[in-house]
Amino acid sequence: MGGQSAHAQHVHSERPRRGARYRVDHMTHYTPLQDYAGIITPVALHFMQQHSSEFPEINAQQHRLTIHGLVDRPLSFGVEELKRLPSVSRIHFLECHGNSSPATHGAGDPNMGLPVQYLHGMTSCSEWSGVLLSVLLNEAGLQKEASWLVSEGGDAGKFTHTLPLAKAMEDVIVAYGQNGEPLRVEQGYPIRLVVPGWEAPFSVKYLRHIKVVDQPYMAWNESMNHSVTRPDLGGKARWYHFQFGPKSVITRPSAGLEMLRGYVQITGLAWSGAGVVRKVEVSTDGGRSWKEAKLHAPVLPKAHTRFTFDWAWDGQEAVIQSRCTDQAGEVQPSLAELSKNFAMDLEDWKKTPRPRAIHFNAIQPWKIARNGSISDVLFA
Amino acid sequence: MCCSLKFLMPVMILAVSVAALAQSRPRSYPNLGTPLNPAEIRSFDRMIGPEGKELPPGRGTAKEGAEVFAKRCEICHGKGKDGDNGLLRSLVIGRPGQPYRGTFYGEEKNGPSYYPYATIAWDYINRAMPVPNPGSLTPNEVYALVAVLYYWNGIIRENDVMDEKTLPKVDMPNRNGFVPAVPVYPPEKKPSWW
Repeated sequence: MGGQSAHAQHVHSERPRRGARYRVDHMTHYTPLQDYAGIITPVALHFMQQHSSEFPEINAQQHRLTIHGLVDRPLSFGVEELKRLPSVSRIHFLECHGNSSPATHGAGDPNMGLPVQYLHGMTSCSEWSGVLLSVLLNEAGLQKEASWLVSEGGDAGKFTHTLPLAKAMEDVIVAYGQNGEPLRVEQGYPIRLVVPGWEAPFSVKYLRHIKVVDQPYMAWNESMNHSVTRPDLGGKARWYHFQFGPKSVITRPSAGLEMLRGYVQITGLAWSGAGVVRKVEVSTDGGRSWKEAKLHAPVLPKAHTRFTFDWAWDGQEAVIQSRCTDQAGEVQPSLAELSKNFAMDLEDWKKTPRPRAIHFNAIQPWKIARNGSISDVLFA
Repeated sequence: MCCSLKFLMPVMILAVSVAALAQSRPRSYPNLGTPLNPAEIRSFDRMIGPEGKELPPGRGTAKEGAEVFAKRCEICHGKGKDGDNGLLRSLVIGRPGQPYRGTFYGEEKNGPSYYPYATIAWDYINRAMPVPNPGSLTPNEVYALVAVLYYWNGIIRENDVMDEKTLPKVDMPNRNGFVPAVPVYPPEKKPSWW
């Protein structure tokens, strides 16, 4: 995997590396964060977590979205009807709750692409087009006991997730378009939820039924794969992790690429579930000193933000990393700071099997060796 | 941690005020969308909540469940009980008298004894299993499968009958393994994303 020149990647004939991992009950695509520019992830490169070994074949002409439960007027909408309602197009990231997991470090294989791809490539950013869920809920008329809703997908596994009603009324989209195209099957054709800033399991694909209820339903996925026991909670698991914290990663140069002496533009992506990215800082000395990076427009709420930092490599050993501050004033934590939140010692992360931490947003250091090779040193 | 009234009160108020926002407004786009009648809703409303209010009538025991499991589940899940897990992760982690409660390390926590509510297995098996014909099991078969899984995992006794009344009352060993017991939104502060 190593030894590929950062310069050679710019040859236009080179195709982006689409990392993939398939299991009998799961299919994963990793976004090659190192291989695209700007903030919009090309649709074909958007990450995917499919909780089955096949995609559903849904006839969009026959597909209907029902809204029922604690509503005055239970309704169903065809896809064409959804497209006739007032539309929005908004740029938001989606991120897997398990992105950047400690368990993934050092676990790469050639099918999964470069480290920045398989470590952090379960986040992507798109322009999503659709109708606000609040429009549909207003049409149905919420009853006063309504406080949560349960969404069910039309895939074989009936992927199901609960959502607090307050968020549903705030900014959630029933999306039928992505970057100008109809949704692709990997992304939930013909319609899906997009829940901005929150972990992607809330954004149910192949959306079919919305049941308005008065309590969280704790469906199978929520109780199992999407809850994790934590030492800071006395070994208990937290129901639901909602919003993502501030996060950033240097995508180029990064592990597996090769450094050349002299000028190098450090670039990467930053994002936060809280809103816009206010600041990104870059360190080239292992975190001893930090300098502010340039944020490139557009800087949008709950969207990837592109940053760059001009640097010159002198051929000496160096560790480069980035740190995001969001509009809430929250700062992306170092591994040591994050460990305190988890009530863990730094050494605990090196145990095998590695902890199943989710919403993992520790600062990612890349180490540049004198020979120009770059490696992941988060747990080194 | 967050179960105190101090945390819940703002959430309740928030929930009520949000509902009030959308409540009883006349429709803005009455030409779009089709009203659903109760019979139509019953035909697809299969999501089961923690109290099992939506459970259909039916019954099953572990003995019956073992037969259904052999016919419909074993091909993917292995024999389960004897440590043969087939293609998938284990469905049996606990033992009679020693149910499993989950761990921060490792990924093997797929056992039904991790579920906080007994209804979760029923809901998931009923809607999503078996591959490739999800939804093809009868209510009795689903009650029987839940019975055998909970028996193998050490949660109920071999002769316990699972039906729409008894299932929601099964005392799940990990019921208190989650915080907060009632999830809140927005999440607690400091830091907001934690």
